[in-house]
Amino acid sequence: MQLVSMKIASGLCIALAIAATGLLLLPSAARGQGGQSAQGQAQQQATSPASAAPEGNAETGKKLWNTVGCYQCHGYSGQGGSAGSRLAPNPPSLSVITNYVRAPKGEMPPYTSKVLSDAQLGAIYAFLKTIPKPPDAKDIPLLNQK
Amino acid sequence: MKQSEDKSLDRRNFIKMAAGGAAALAAGAQLAAAQAPEPTRAALAAAAEPTDVADGTPLLTTERPGADFMVDVLKSLDFEFVASNPGSSFRALQESFVNYGKNKNPEWITCMHEEASVAMAHAYSKIAGKPMLVMAHGTVGLQHAAMGIYNAFVDRVPVYIVLGNTLDATERRPGAEWAHSVQDASAMVRDYIKWDDTPQSLAHFAESAVRAYKIAMTPPMEPVVIVADSDLQEAAIDRGRSIHIPKLTIPEPPAGDSGAVQEIAKLLVNAENPLILGGRTDRTQKGMDLLNELADLLQAGGGSARTADVILALENDGLWGSLNSMTDQQERTTQSNIRPGTKVITINATDLFMKSNYQDFQRFQEVDLALAASAEATLPSLIEEVKRQMTAARKQIVQDRGAKLVASRAQAAERQRQQAAAVWNLSPISSTRISYELWEQVKNKDWSFVNGGGGGGVFPVTKHYQRLGGSGGGGQGYGGPASVGAALANKKYGRLSLSIQNDGDLMYSPGALWTAAHHRVPLLSIMNNNRAYHQEVMHLQRMACRHNRDLTTAHIGTTIEDPNIDYAKLAQSMGWYAEGPITNPNDVGPAIKRALAVVEKGQPALLDTVMQPR
Repeated sequence: MQLVSMKIASGLCIALAIAATGLLLLPSAARGQGGQSAQGQAQQQATSPASAAPEGNAETGKKLWNTVGCYQCHGYSGQGGSAGSRLAPNPPSLSVITNYVRAPKGEMPPYTSKVLSDAQLGAIYAFLKTIPKPPDAKDIPLLNQK
Repeated sequence: MKQSEDKSLDRRNFIKMAAGGAAALAAGAQLAAAQAPEPTRAALAAAAEPTDVADGTPLLTTERPGADFMVDVLKSLDFEFVASNPGSSFRALQESFVNYGKNKNPEWITCMHEEASVAMAHAYSKIAGKPMLVMAHGTVGLQHAAMGIYNAFVDRVPVYIVLGNTLDATERRPGAEWAHSVQDASAMVRDYIKWDDTPQSLAHFAESAVRAYKIAMTPPMEPVVIVADSDLQEAAIDRGRSIHIPKLTIPEPPAGDSGAVQEIAKLLVNAENPLILGGRTDRTQKGMDLLNELADLLQAGGGSARTADVILALENDGLWGSLNSMTDQQERTTQSNIRPGTKVITINATDLFMKSNYQDFQRFQEVDLALAASAEATLPSLIEEVKRQMTAARKQIVQDRGAKLVASRAQAAERQRQQAAAVWNLSPISSTRISYELWEQVKNKDWSFVNGGGGGGVFPVTKHYQRLGGSGGGGQGYGGPASVGAALANKKYGRLSLSIQNDGDLMYSPGALWTAAHHRVPLLSIMNNNRAYHQEVMHLQRMACRHNRDLTTAHIGTTIEDPNIDYAKLAQSMGWYAEGPITNPNDVGPAIKRALAVVEKGQPALLDTVMQPR
């Protein structure tokens, strides 16, 4: 698989790196002399996953869900949609969610601890756990029409 | 510029002089006449026609305006409708359409914005398979229309636009007529139309009008512009000059070379996992039927680019995006989604015509075989060649592949059903719930999704008019007027037109609601009222995440709240039947039933449903 990474700095510099291994490699200019730029180090610190974020208050979590934008992709009830996966009911563990939120692999933007603390993530997780199970498809007449 | 014979002498003033005599002229005009060369034969003939001019009075009327001839020309092109917001630069043409032309073929459709006129014509064409006429000022009207024209250009849809303009500066009335005149009217949109002309005589108008139609209807189909000079419209027809309407012949679109077709068939027949990407081939019923026939022959109507070994892309202008992905992160990464060695084949008429300034041609995709041809014109020979090359052994492989596809589709349907259950009772209401509720009530009718998604996978599409797709260029403000234009095309077939109408989109051109009510266009519009430009909310949010800043401000400048817009009242104020806001999902079904009863009586109806964000 071929990956092409484009580092855009000041809107001018575009560098390409091709990794035969499938791993994403930053161009050396972006990594700096020592292999990692100061910016990269700072980003790594900011995106370090929390190992054990505490679960928080579900009401607070519901408010956060809507104000920090989770609902945009995952729906008001975590049901998922065209832009984001389904997260409720039965959300993944808090550590799985936290790790992904801090360093997402797909289209999701990264939420560092600077903009969404571990405690806030814990509250969001508590909210997700309160979302009830939806009805079964077999109990909805319109979903059983031939 | 006027026709050459008249260059030295303004036609209107010459007629005045010839009919009324020099004594009736002002001193300046007398001087101009004295300096003018001998009048031409054509001018003399025009001056000699019987008029109702009394001796010594200026000519005030003509019963043979050039606009009448223009109407004859445009009628010969079989336009059903002309969409327009009225404008003085084409006042003679409008009057000729409604009086001389009896307001029939084309019938005048009153629009409240030129962008709406073009969007109506755009979607109409997708149903009718031919252009709708649009008229606009050459300046302010075209400026309003520009984004709609761009949408049609990117969507490869023919729209036929006639602009009014007064080229002769001495004919312009002081004030607005100067502000509404331009040297080269089409220049502003020339980057995203296929052809234009500014005829200098009625004979020239006839030839260019027919030529424009022919060009617009030749793949790749695109918008065209003809400028109708106001002086040509308003002056009397020059009897001294022979004019006629040329015969229209639409060119047969180019089909792919037979050798290349054989090679494509060979690749497809021998593929283990062929994939067909249909693109615009489903714009006509013939194209859709041919596409389905080829897909059935090969059992290649499903699957994924990731597993395909041969990919046939038909009329697909966004192929790179179909075969690759790019993440929208600080570090932009691209990834090919096809396996090494996969053969990629394209048949695309867009390869025959492309412009450079606007970048709608997308990123360059490497392919193995490219046919610059019409896919619809090429498919019959490709299908025959596939049949000819298909061996018994390959038939068995195709059958096995088909069985897997059936199983795969069944699994996808079950996943969709389970996801529907997950969102069934949500409020704000899910688009999935709307789709199932709507399908239940229209599944036995002749329906057409004229705007918005096409039913989210719940509606099986077998007709070309059942799913029209989007705007092409992504310019907002398309959906509202487009749904009215498509519904207008559906009206004569008694077809039920359905629209899922985005709230932000409607507010660009809400006047389209009035047009629908005024012209009794039956249309069911269900609002996707999610009270924001949600894609833009997400962009703000993404940037805040990227910059490590406050995430709670993404609503500023992106939401449509405080106050919430009451779309039912908006529609009611313009003559629609409307209900809402509807927030309880259980109220949707009964509301659809009531609205459909109105639509089936020939009126538009709107349901304001408050929906999930995405």
